[in-house]
Amino acid sequence: MLRYTLSRLVSLVLSLLVASVAIFAVIEVIPGDPASYMLGMNVAPDTVAALREQLGLNGTVIERYVSWLGGMLRGDFGTSYTYRVPVAELVAARVQVSLPLTLYALVLSTVIAIPVGLIAAARQGKPTDLGVMATTQLGVAVPNFWFAMILVLIFAVKLRWFPSGGFPGWDKGIWVNIRALTLPAVALALPQASILARVMRSSVLETLSQDYIRTARAKGLNRAQAVLRHAFRNALIPVLTILGLQFSFLLAGAIIIENVFFLPGLGRLIFQGITQRDLIVVESVVMLLVGAVILVNFLVDLAYALVDPRLRSRA
Amino acid sequence: MKGRLMLILGAVLAGVFALAALVSLVWVPVPVEQLAVASKLKPIGTPGFALGTDHFGRDMLSMLMVGARTSIAVAILAVGIGMGFGVPLGLLAAARRGSLVDEVVMRGNDLVFAFPSLVIAILITAVFGPSATNAIIAIGIFNIPVFARVTRGGALSLWTLDYIRAAEVAGKGRARISLEHILPNIANLLIVQGTIQFSLGILAEAGLSYVGLGAQPPIPSWGRMLAEAQTMITMAPHMAILPGLAIVLTVLGLNLMGDGLRDLLDPRLRRAR
Repeated sequence: MLRYTLSRLVSLVLSLLVASVAIFAVIEVIPGDPASYMLGMNVAPDTVAALREQLGLNGTVIERYVSWLGGMLRGDFGTSYTYRVPVAELVAARVQVSLPLTLYALVLSTVIAIPVGLIAAARQGKPTDLGVMATTQLGVAVPNFWFAMILVLIFAVKLRWFPSGGFPGWDKGIWVNIRALTLPAVALALPQASILARVMRSSVLETLSQDYIRTARAKGLNRAQAVLRHAFRNALIPVLTILGLQFSFLLAGAIIIENVFFLPGLGRLIFQGITQRDLIVVESVVMLLVGAVILVNFLVDLAYALVDPRLRSRA
Repeated sequence: MKGRLMLILGAVLAGVFALAALVSLVWVPVPVEQLAVASKLKPIGTPGFALGTDHFGRDMLSMLMVGARTSIAVAILAVGIGMGFGVPLGLLAAARRGSLVDEVVMRGNDLVFAFPSLVIAILITAVFGPSATNAIIAIGIFNIPVFARVTRGGALSLWTLDYIRAAEVAGKGRARISLEHILPNIANLLIVQGTIQFSLGILAEAGLSYVGLGAQPPIPSWGRMLAEAQTMITMAPHMAILPGLAIVLTVLGLNLMGDGLRDLLDPRLRRAR
């Protein structure tokens, strides 16, 4: 287990490094000078020079990369050019919206998908199964931001059960905020739940064809008992991988969904950064999101090894 | 559902939109440049505007047809980039298994799968400016490792077969074997994967243009039609519902086609489903 953890740790650090180089490089190849890019046209040369100084653009490429990376490791993400506050402060405020939203959607997606996939597998070929397959086929094809708009039309505009957007803030109490995040979370969760249910179904079917299930059936267990006692746990392994991947889809999806519901999360921060040409914000927030995804995948790899002992020795 | 049925249903669905895109090149009911504020926000079924009009009085049916062109073109070109770079890389990695190229292709793969592709696509389009071309590049880059992986996987299993060994013994080079024997035999895999990436490309393009990072006005695109519809959702719900349906039906059609093709082309998978 130690060797496995170490090898995953090495690949975690490598991934983070390559990701940071890639993101740094994209910002670096901006046509022209980042300082003049941020300020736009018709700016006095000394303003550009001052910003160049503030951005630390006067060193070599390597120096700039190292100071950016070093800063991030110390929790210093630079100072936003438009907001005039440290990016870390902005991020800390916005995470309070994006993270609960992502987790809410992840929980919804899991709670819906696992039983649905299990039932579909247990009733393979029956109308229930066909219904699940047809619904999930549709769910995969629906863009989540459009689904979000339809949810707003039905549940906010017509039925008035939920607000159509905005976020009251955690100091206003838990329930108003959960209510505000419900439609966005449902919109995010639906396509992911469809994928997860399909993975769960095929994974259970796969385990059901194994010898130990035949043994269990031969001992007198019926299909439902065999599914619940033996197939379920073994079928969860591929589901775990997909869950890890879904975190990254949900996080990226949240960026767009936040714009539908006017939620002040990281996604809106990125877009504000883009429209205001605030590269410091864009670069740091993107790195943070990518870093979070890489970290979650690392944790999933470790969880994987805990669930499946065979993996520990294989690394 | 049987493979053939899925394939036919999917091809019909996707075909309708592909046809609409093609027809829009030569004819649309009302030119989309034509603004008629007097007839704005007309509902579905208005004489002269079968699917109603938008907030500028533009004909929704014509907008959807031209929008289909944008979505399909972006997705096809992105698949082209993915195949153009990914397939040669995959073939090379398989032909030189365990070599540095193989290692780089595989590690690069792992890394790209760990990236939230949409975030990177947003970064790319934000830095280089929003346009259809940059959307194509951003989506296309993420198609490269997908095709590299599929090609490598398919090619590796072929390299162990006797007839490939025979070709090697007969003195054919690895490059020639890759092109003459491996590539034709993994074409099925690539077609299926191409269909899947095509449908993902349509979704990605819609997402990018929805947030304003795809095709720019006045070129109509489904994603931007949805963005414009958002503020009028109570007054003119058809403006929000129609472009979304177009996306869903096209993507659904392509997914059904992909699944159907896979079932037909690879009988081994039929039992597992």
